[in-house]
Amino acid sequence: MVASMIRFLARRFVYYVVLVFLATSLTYFLASATFSPRSVYAQRNPAPSAQVIDAKLDDIGVNDKTPVVIRYGHWLDGVVHGDLGQTIQDRSVNDQFFPRLGVSLRLLVVGSIAGIVLGVLVGVWNAIRQYKISDRVSAAISIVLFSTPVFLTAVILKISATKLNQDAGSQLINFTGEATPGLDGSAWTLLVDRGAHLLLPTISIALGLIAIYSRYQRATMLDVLGSDFLRTARAKGLTRGRATFKHGLRTALIPMTTLFAYGFLGILTGATLTEQIFAWNGLGSWFIDAVNGNDVNVVTAYTLFAAVVVLISGFLADVATAALDPRVRRA
Amino acid sequence: MTDTRIEPVDPSLIAKSDTPARPKRQGNRFLQTTRRLFMNRGAGIGVIVIVLLFAFAFLGPLVSPWQYSQIDYTAFTRPPSATHWFGTNGIGQDVFSQTARGMQKSLLIGLLVAVFSTAIAAITGAAAGYFGGWVDRIVMFFVDMLLVLPSFLIIAIISPRIQNAGWIVLVVLITLFGWMITARVVRSMTLSVKEREFVRAARYMGIGPFRIIFRHVLPNVASFLIIDGTIQVATAVLGETTLSYFGFGVQSPDVSLGTLIAQNQDNALTSPWLFYFAAGALVVFAIAANLIGDGLRDALDPTSTTGKREKRNRRRDQNQAAVDVAALNTQAGSGA
Repeated sequence: MVASMIRFLARRFVYYVVLVFLATSLTYFLASATFSPRSVYAQRNPAPSAQVIDAKLDDIGVNDKTPVVIRYGHWLDGVVHGDLGQTIQDRSVNDQFFPRLGVSLRLLVVGSIAGIVLGVLVGVWNAIRQYKISDRVSAAISIVLFSTPVFLTAVILKISATKLNQDAGSQLINFTGEATPGLDGSAWTLLVDRGAHLLLPTISIALGLIAIYSRYQRATMLDVLGSDFLRTARAKGLTRGRATFKHGLRTALIPMTTLFAYGFLGILTGATLTEQIFAWNGLGSWFIDAVNGNDVNVVTAYTLFAAVVVLISGFLADVATAALDPRVRRA
Repeated sequence: MTDTRIEPVDPSLIAKSDTPARPKRQGNRFLQTTRRLFMNRGAGIGVIVIVLLFAFAFLGPLVSPWQYSQIDYTAFTRPPSATHWFGTNGIGQDVFSQTARGMQKSLLIGLLVAVFSTAIAAITGAAAGYFGGWVDRIVMFFVDMLLVLPSFLIIAIISPRIQNAGWIVLVVLITLFGWMITARVVRSMTLSVKEREFVRAARYMGIGPFRIIFRHVLPNVASFLIIDGTIQVATAVLGETTLSYFGFGVQSPDVSLGTLIAQNQDNALTSPWLFYFAAGALVVFAIAANLIGDGLRDALDPTSTTGKREKRNRRRDQNQAAVDVAALNTQAGSGA
């Protein structure tokens, strides 16, 4: 049984890797076709000579006079050896990638876990208390949150925090950047500072997720609550709570795993936007700056990151499905 | 997420009759659906709100004495008044006209994207499900690949470089990334419709596959397509405003709700009318579209028992399709 499960997961893994490779390559070609790195240098004042620009662009590997297939070959060779290339300013992408990765992951992981866990809990609570006041209020709140794009949630939170700080006359909530620049102190002070900066961006991401997941968790939970096996579980003497959580929630979570996997793409996009709005030095805001700065290698590096994150979440969803649903393991 | 197993389909989403619907009966069904839609309080309010917003977007500019780009040098940053119904911005432009114009652009883009992406999804999904084999594999491969690529990133990469081509390009780009999940659902529904007697009968009568798809398969998934299309409008509008907010969508001097929110967010505390009319119009529109989508789901679902406990008796596997549909909304929520 374990062997067949590993075979199932291995097959999926190979499929995901092929998808990531194709997605990243496609981005490389798209960015190469539409960006003009030459203009970045040609617009400098004083303008460098054509040879200097060519030499520089060759160095970075984005010279439009070299056929794109050859440039792609160089880039791919570097990536296989763990080198993501140079930014348009001729600095190593790797050097900036990993610090920014830490910043982005902090937001992504905390935001998505908060969103998923709270969403599932609210959904279960609403299902158990179907048509009670709490259920109706949740439904109303979630349709409003659901209809508000992430960027607007973030902007409104930012405005509210500014108002709050103005009214209080002091900086109650810090929301610019991922940490206070130049702050010195113990590890604890730094940790508290980062946690405080994490607050609003995390809420921006989590609110939408809670709204969506709670509605679907409620629907799947309601289907399970009326099922025969739950009645059997009660009949054999389990308490209502135990039956609901051990037999009910587990079953109701199976279809949700697909939703988590799909949803992660949305979470990632949301985090990209949130980073930009709250001026975090993460990968997302780096990407947006890179698009405006004609930086092919940075844009591709970010897509690679995005595709890998989506891959991991898809893979985790498969593992979760296999763990929750014995029928998949037997297939 | 890239599972290619046959997904169990909620049978309630597929039309119940074993005979293809006749045009005459469809008229009745249309009336019946409309009646059921208005009986749903949320959806009824949604329809009224949408009609009002359309009137605001398309008739508003005709009623307003100001053009959206016109500058009133006598009124900078004025609150709402009799001359400027929604006030003016920092350079003296009329906020009412600007919001109406932005709403108009967002609505046009949203509607076009919904129509095109639903059409693409219907055809590719039905073809993949009906033909199976390599057609299926190719379509599903594209679906999976486009799902791995965050659409926001790709549109952001392409869009600023072709902004001269105008907002139509934006429609094409958002459409290109908006059809995949719908196609997956249509495919799994087709797999089930394909096995029904009337489709087999048609096949044995020698009717060609494309004719069968258009005459027999698609009409039987029409309910889902209508519901999905409605929600797609909201998704597309949220996607467009997000892109425009970050400067990757509608470009100045043209305005969309996204560019208006971006321009005015810093003035939200000092002159709230600049921010809240545009933001409010966006959210109210999305809420109304989602309410109509929910209402349509109930109205078109022949087994629908809104507000009754019978729903609990459905088999658990059938949730998969519902969750697939839900995934569409997930993207709506994230705005890209």
